[in-house]
Amino acid sequence: MAEVEIPIEKWTGKVKEVKLGGGGRKEVIVGGETTLPFLTFEGSIPNPPKIAIEVHDREPSGWASPLLSAWGDAVKDPAAWAKKAVEFGADIIALRLASAHPEGGDTGPNEAKAAVDKVLSAVDLPLIVLGPGVAEKDNEVLTAASEAAKGQRVALGNCEEKNYRTIGAVCISDGQIAIAKTPLDINLCKQLNIMLSDLGVNPDSILMDPDTGALGYGIEYGYSINERLRLAALGGDAMTALPIINHVGYETWRQKEARASEGVPAAWGDLEERSVIWEEVTASSVINAGCDIVVMCHPKAIERVRSTIDKLMGK
Amino acid sequence: MALTGIQIYKFLPKTNCKECGYPTCLAFAMKLAASQVELAACPYVDDEAKQALEAASKPPIRLVTVGAGEKTIEVGNETVMFRHEKTFVHRPGLVVRIKDTASADEVAKTVEEVSGYSVDRVGMTFGLDGFAIQNESGDASTFAKCVEMVSSKTDLPLILMATDPASMSAALDKVSGARPAIYAATKDNIDQMVELAKKCGCPLAVLSSDGLGELAELTEKASKAGVEDLILDPGVRDFGDSLVTLTHIRRLALAKRFEPLGYPIITFPGEGASSLDEEAVLAAQHVAKYGSIIVIDRFSPALALPLITLRLNIYTDPQKPIQMKPGIYQVGEPKETSPLCVTTNFSLTYFSIAGELESAGWPSWLLVCDTEGLSVLTAWSAGKFDADKIAKTVKEENAAEKISHRNVILPGGVAVLRGELEEELPDWKIMVGPREAMAVGGYLKENWKS
Repeated sequence: MAEVEIPIEKWTGKVKEVKLGGGGRKEVIVGGETTLPFLTFEGSIPNPPKIAIEVHDREPSGWASPLLSAWGDAVKDPAAWAKKAVEFGADIIALRLASAHPEGGDTGPNEAKAAVDKVLSAVDLPLIVLGPGVAEKDNEVLTAASEAAKGQRVALGNCEEKNYRTIGAVCISDGQIAIAKTPLDINLCKQLNIMLSDLGVNPDSILMDPDTGALGYGIEYGYSINERLRLAALGGDAMTALPIINHVGYETWRQKEARASEGVPAAWGDLEERSVIWEEVTASSVINAGCDIVVMCHPKAIERVRSTIDKLMGK
Repeated sequence: MALTGIQIYKFLPKTNCKECGYPTCLAFAMKLAASQVELAACPYVDDEAKQALEAASKPPIRLVTVGAGEKTIEVGNETVMFRHEKTFVHRPGLVVRIKDTASADEVAKTVEEVSGYSVDRVGMTFGLDGFAIQNESGDASTFAKCVEMVSSKTDLPLILMATDPASMSAALDKVSGARPAIYAATKDNIDQMVELAKKCGCPLAVLSSDGLGELAELTEKASKAGVEDLILDPGVRDFGDSLVTLTHIRRLALAKRFEPLGYPIITFPGEGASSLDEEAVLAAQHVAKYGSIIVIDRFSPALALPLITLRLNIYTDPQKPIQMKPGIYQVGEPKETSPLCVTTNFSLTYFSIAGELESAGWPSWLLVCDTEGLSVLTAWSAGKFDADKIAKTVKEENAAEKISHRNVILPGGVAVLRGELEEELPDWKIMVGPREAMAVGGYLKENWKS
């Protein structure tokens, strides 16, 4: 039988490995790839993509009904929520300090520290702490969160152009990881990594959040930026060779397709099925494009994405 | 690989006769390289050169059409591994499988549901693309009857699935003019299947689960026998194998110009999945990673909507963002006293403002102007979103007929257009909304009195 010679890419670059956790906490390593997602015939993937589960510091208001019914009362308390996230198979807990948003409670450093303490003592998984996404407020609460988790290599976001000096400095002094967030632009993404390195943040302590939209809401941008970043990394560009994090759950569950059961066309189908598939397809698409940490919300979608990653890894 | 202008120039007469409409042969060659002109425009190019140029310009993945009517599935002709390198061109066909062992009622119901399925996105209507009918019964007349019945109820393209050439022949007799795809030629039946494909002028799918070498041997055999419209099934079904194998095939076709595998690929995610949502995720992988015809087993609206959406997203030209069709859109169920907001036709701009109005509980009218897919500030600075354009859209779309008031709300980012717009629309009150979509709820609460 005839053999066909498969063209092999000889990549020179390698994605930096970033270790979360430690200091008595479970460790999770992301990155380290020397090949495109799941193409292990021409390189290695020492650390397959990880799933972080989103936990909020207070009971979410206006959350989609499929999420509320899946999580039940656990959403009333961050510690209970985090424990349940462990049961649902989280590799990492992503604590969102939602109450710190200036228009949604405006809580401060003390509340942030308390929420982080609660989650840290409830579970032994590594932690991601997300501020409200308003640069100045992020500075305030993430600094407090970092102090509460000193030496446990938590990842702090957002670290963006407006506040990278503060968050970068906190990461250096407390041994944490910066989540460098840029708005859907590969050049800005690389530039922020360079600025953080210049500040003295070791690249093994940076995750890239190049942003993405949900399925139907700009996923094609996130998808292509992931692919471009990964191709640049494998091509040898060290300042793009960092693990990628995508907030799939957050993006998915604010869209109508994941929320509306009434007043939508019959062609949209059942909300429960549709919403879960919406998060699964968004997640699996960004993972196929190079995502290393996918932050998700629905337990069923998490289970499916976990099994998909396993199957793609040949397990 | 496509030829460069210089490579093409070597084949041209180099007389600079200008009869092609370009000043020099080199200029013409450059236009050829950019596919902006046909070689036939040169009256003097000789046959040898013609052949060489045509062979070199042959697409690395053949364009294959299934179906003959108004609705066809046209796939192939892809030229890149990654969409950002240029764009993916022909959206994969999403077809639903029917087995001939199903009852007539079941078949009729599925055909009706799938043919009638349609969703609106960004102002356009999308649906599913066809049916794959499988000879599960193994019986030729049952198969033929089922195929006949499906084709009597739909004008969508068909894929006929049978391993027995006699069954295939019986079914083809019922739909001979419709150009269905024949699935599949294998090493055991390829001669007969090739004959059938030739006789009916139908595209032929070729299946081999024994590696790409054998698959390539089969396609070469078919193409030597005169069947050029081929579709590949490398027989892989699960997540990992299909990602790797489909990547191999695309690379061989593009990077190596390996013609025996330069054809579109058919996939069967239902066979690699054990539930509806798993099938959706595997089909989604095939949309992004190199599937051209995707056969769905578990049809459900909740699976169709995300796949149609992903296909639209992934196959969008990165140079040409998804655009809304200009017009007046409803957010919720607006009344004639509801606000009228102006925005651009960049889909993400539209989605943000529509989403915020919706979640803030303001049924509204959204007037979408044609800004060639640019967002508010980009369009404004490019001169594609000005008072003239807005006023024209207000008039062309008859905005005044929808509402009883005469207030129109501009995005805050283009507040500077207010004065000019007041001149263009003297009967209207021009209001300036917030810069960010997120603030529109608060703005309306403060400023809108219905």
